[in-house]
Amino acid sequence: MGGATYVKNERGEIEEVTLQSGVKVKPVYGPEDLADLDYRRDLGNPGEYPFTRGIHPGMYRMRPWTMRQYSGFGTPYETNERFKLLIAHGQTGLNVAFDLPTQLGLDSNDPLAEGEVGRVGMAVDTLRDFEIAFADIPLDKIGTGLTINAVASIILAMFQATAEKYGFALDKVSATPQNDILKEMVSRGNWIFPVGPSIRLIGDTIEYSAKVMPRTNPVSVCGYHMRESGCTPAQEIAYAFEIAMTYIDHVLQRGMDIDDFAPRISFNLDIFGNIFEQVGKFRAARRLWAKLLKERYKAKNPRSMWLRGLFGGGGGGLTKQQPLNNIARGAYYALISALSGTQTMALCSYDEAYTIPTPQAAIISLRTMQILQEEMGLRDTVDPLGGSYYVESLTNQMEERITEEMQKVEKMGGMAHAVEMGYIQREVAKQAYLYEKALQEGEVHKVGVNIYSEGEDEEEVQLHEYKPAAAEAQITSLNEVRRTRDKRKVVSTLRDLERAARKGENLMPYLLESVRAYATMGEMTRVFKEVYGEFKEPRIF
Amino acid sequence: MKGKRIRVLVAKPGLDGHDKGAKMVAQALRDAGMEVVYTGLHQTIDQIVNAAIQEDADVIGLSILSGAHIPLCEKLMRRLGEENLSHIMVVVGGVIPKRDVQKLRDMGIGGVFPGGTNFEEFIRFIRENVK
Repeated sequence: MGGATYVKNERGEIEEVTLQSGVKVKPVYGPEDLADLDYRRDLGNPGEYPFTRGIHPGMYRMRPWTMRQYSGFGTPYETNERFKLLIAHGQTGLNVAFDLPTQLGLDSNDPLAEGEVGRVGMAVDTLRDFEIAFADIPLDKIGTGLTINAVASIILAMFQATAEKYGFALDKVSATPQNDILKEMVSRGNWIFPVGPSIRLIGDTIEYSAKVMPRTNPVSVCGYHMRESGCTPAQEIAYAFEIAMTYIDHVLQRGMDIDDFAPRISFNLDIFGNIFEQVGKFRAARRLWAKLLKERYKAKNPRSMWLRGLFGGGGGGLTKQQPLNNIARGAYYALISALSGTQTMALCSYDEAYTIPTPQAAIISLRTMQILQEEMGLRDTVDPLGGSYYVESLTNQMEERITEEMQKVEKMGGMAHAVEMGYIQREVAKQAYLYEKALQEGEVHKVGVNIYSEGEDEEEVQLHEYKPAAAEAQITSLNEVRRTRDKRKVVSTLRDLERAARKGENLMPYLLESVRAYATMGEMTRVFKEVYGEFKEPRIF
Repeated sequence: MKGKRIRVLVAKPGLDGHDKGAKMVAQALRDAGMEVVYTGLHQTIDQIVNAAIQEDADVIGLSILSGAHIPLCEKLMRRLGEENLSHIMVVVGGVIPKRDVQKLRDMGIGGVFPGGTNFEEFIRFIRENVK
């Protein structure tokens, strides 16, 4: 049994299996299922077009996957401590969580931020917070994911100013701001500005970082959150690709060449569900993305055709009930990620259905990935499932399903329009509801939830404590920065920012000046709100 | 209440953007024959109270996953009291630790439904408790 619907006969034997993406699975696969398969055309060697088997020839023999747990707490001081703990335990990349006021461009002393400062991540008001969080972190050796979207341009400017201040060359540092606003509008909810200007801001970061911070991955397109919000694995890839193409089309209109920016676009995709459906999904996605870039966008550089990504998380598969079972689930999800040829891996922690992970839970997740890397032979050979009758068949069928879902979006008038109208939001909500009903009715099995459950479940996890004192410390620090900064410089840089926004210039150089003058997150966001207005959520019910 | 459909305002207070649960509950209640209005994200408590007045809601269902359920519920209950709307039943869902359930009930919250609650259970509770 798995993340699929099953029809059984009267003897309890499985008669029919339909995967979430709609693919019907046969009891056995053989050579006849791959009669049309052309190795060169459909698979290619790893590192060769269409990259079905992986984007590098040697994959994990050459370089193991990066392990990057999502973390960030309360004040920048606490975040800095947690970063150092994870690095000391062998983590090879950082992934910063920000609190909700920061993600929504509010200062910590904003009345709307009350009770939320530092709650689900680090609070950032000014450059000072970045300087504290990244003190003594080797930014030239460790890549930094910045999980922020609506104000990613501001955060990227802060990252640049911090790297410069600590003496790192801008062509050596690597930031990966999430910077995918359309998926926020579909699923994660941290949007501020309307669709058009939001896409413009993303265009600014792509154009700017290609010139100034070439190792930066300016956009990490997230199928992840849409899958977590309920869509099927095929829809996850289809929506992520349609979103990525929306950003690409916008940047092409600015006159940039596809090969000047496509190599730095990366993806963040989800790993929970039926093992083989996920592996098929990733292999199909890699092939389809390569074809789209080559055929639709006429890319010449093979790197433009690479689907690079973080295949990780898996939060949607974890359960509140019997939380320690999530450690076992996480290990299988990590296996899916490694079998699928990820570049970066991250795992949700076993206590995450309740709370921000405790240090112990975060370390268990890291160790889970390390066990896979060090003990299980996953680095020995590339794409070990390649050539399997079932996996290759499924890869083909997943590609068909993804393509069908993409065509539906294109018929709606493209992703930007579909999101403005709420079409995608409605579809994702519908899928979530259908899946939850299937769970509640026992059609889909979940251990500890609707099978092998032990009645009333006891919480076995330690809850992350929210510290109001940390919020007060953050506000005190903000007031201190406001008191000691050069106010005239703040006012003049913000005025320049507004003028440039009205003229439609690339705003990154202006943001950098405001950031260096210690303008606050709220001050810079307010400028954008005045010029652009705010996103109005479409009614979907 | 016979003959009149139960009106439910599903609301997302505060800054948290996770509304998968809120949208699922909205669909389940609608399928159960209730009238459901979903506020959308980033609502202040005052906006929720105003929406409840405008929609003539019998029930307000709050969905909170950020951990800020105690301060948000305190504020909502206080505002409902001030507006003489204490007849509206308030239920809360989301990531709610067990230890907070009693605290919420003591504030006057009608029912607490952590993530994973059966739709049936939730629907029955509303049908039985809306006067």
